[in-house]
Amino acid sequence: MSIGNILSKSSDWLRGDGPHHHIVVTSRIRLARNLAGVAFPGRAKAAERVDVLEKIRPKVESLPEMVDAVSLACQDLSPVDKLLLVERHLISREHAAKKAGAAVVMNRRQNLSIMINEEDHLRMQSIRSGLQLRAAFKAINKVDSELEQQLDYAFDPNLGYLTACPTNVGTGMRASAMVHVPGLVLSEQINQIVQAVNKIGLAVRGLYGEGTEALGNLFQVSNQTTLGEKEEEIIDRLHKVILEIINHEQNARQVLLHNKPNTLLDHVGRSYGTLRHAYSMNSNEALNHLSFAKLACDLGFYGDAQRHAIDELFIETQPAHLQKGSQQRLATDERDVLRAEIIRSKMASFAPPDLEGVLVREKEARGGAKKEPPHGSGAGEEPSEGNLF
Amino acid sequence: MLCDVCKAQTASVFLTQIVDGKIQKVNLCDPCSKEKGVTDPTGFALADMLFGMGAAQQIGANIGSEGVRCPQCGFTQAEFKKTGRLGCSVCYVTFAEPLKELLKGMHKGLRHIGKCPERLRLTQERDSALRQFHDDLRAAVVEEKYEEAAALRDKIRALELSGGVKGD
Repeated sequence: MSIGNILSKSSDWLRGDGPHHHIVVTSRIRLARNLAGVAFPGRAKAAERVDVLEKIRPKVESLPEMVDAVSLACQDLSPVDKLLLVERHLISREHAAKKAGAAVVMNRRQNLSIMINEEDHLRMQSIRSGLQLRAAFKAINKVDSELEQQLDYAFDPNLGYLTACPTNVGTGMRASAMVHVPGLVLSEQINQIVQAVNKIGLAVRGLYGEGTEALGNLFQVSNQTTLGEKEEEIIDRLHKVILEIINHEQNARQVLLHNKPNTLLDHVGRSYGTLRHAYSMNSNEALNHLSFAKLACDLGFYGDAQRHAIDELFIETQPAHLQKGSQQRLATDERDVLRAEIIRSKMASFAPPDLEGVLVREKEARGGAKKEPPHGSGAGEEPSEGNLF
Repeated sequence: MLCDVCKAQTASVFLTQIVDGKIQKVNLCDPCSKEKGVTDPTGFALADMLFGMGAAQQIGANIGSEGVRCPQCGFTQAEFKKTGRLGCSVCYVTFAEPLKELLKGMHKGLRHIGKCPERLRLTQERDSALRQFHDDLRAAVVEEKYEEAAALRDKIRALELSGGVKGD
């Protein structure tokens, strides 16, 4: 299978059908492994890295999970294709810049990708839609167990899996969930949440991992520590924290709707207007407006088809996806025009969200709440997803 | 050791960070660490945040004795300090001492309790069973329980034959 074939299909996780997918976009588990007796990729000479690649690649390609896989050497990829893989979270930005010996093997559904000679000899990743950390771990753990029978890993009984960076030593595992939390951002609770999460050994990062900005109200929450705890314990802790974040986000949306309906509806309305009518839009602006379009879906303004269209736009409007789609290299301003055009056409059939109706119902609910909560949806009660009105 | 911030309470949180190749250490008491929100060692330049630029205690020279070089890959401490990465798996032995301090500030514990490669686990289990049998055998001989000793000797032989790990 060629890169063109695989990239013409959208990633499996983009279908957005996992549990809690309204707030949790993806769950990912990454395992770092190295071969015993060979220098880590950062230290190894080009020839050694090529040796490692030749040793690992056939084993990875012959995994039962990798039937129909695509196997690509980084130096054979064009800059646009590499960036495209980064935008789909299939390789890291660092890996895209690597040359001799660096490769990636990924399955057709794009929920499993294995980087060879990234910072470690092996970086294996499993990605799922919604909150499915345990399922993602099960999948990648199976791959790891299959590979360890054929490859001698660098493992120390005391320190566990040895990695190039001491921050990964032990389990070599990074579990992360990407959450969409416009409610926490609008109600200015996000910093509090980030601090609280940091205090229990978890990290919060932007859309594309370490050192990247939080755009489109998207954040990645992941474990910071890898030594002294079992994989399952780390995952359980993260899972619980993500459930808490979902809860806080839902409450924040409910409270905004009750106390500051105009603020919330203003964001949704402006984003709708901009997305439908703009003729030039940069990537960051698109992400931020799409975030509120996604929120509009969660608030019940749109159905599943529209939700899927919005989710796809998050990826399709990224720079490399735009260039790939147009089959040519585009200057920044040309990209901005094309981006706006794609969004306008995809959202052409979207009716304006009935914001006025929300205000009316909200006023009625408030009037009624003084006597008796209408339809059992009184304040304080946990809202159900997609049915906040 | 007293907290570097309040200088009153005993420090219980020890953070180590490599910034631009320089190792910085900060010792905090529990309340101060909570107040600063510092349990994420990579989230910010910790020493700079706590004390202002350049005021951090630089302990670059203290990380092991100068000039240690990994016998496997030739990596030096200077390179480790510069990149924050190790050169190969043997570096974990070469730089074990300074690493211990670093890992203490980074992780929940200093001992891996998670997954272990199956082949290695089996070898380790066999080795530990063998050690136990040898101990029991010595005890049986001392106590002149020769029947028991003979049974143990057979068990040891069987186990050694199954994997040939003796003296591994």
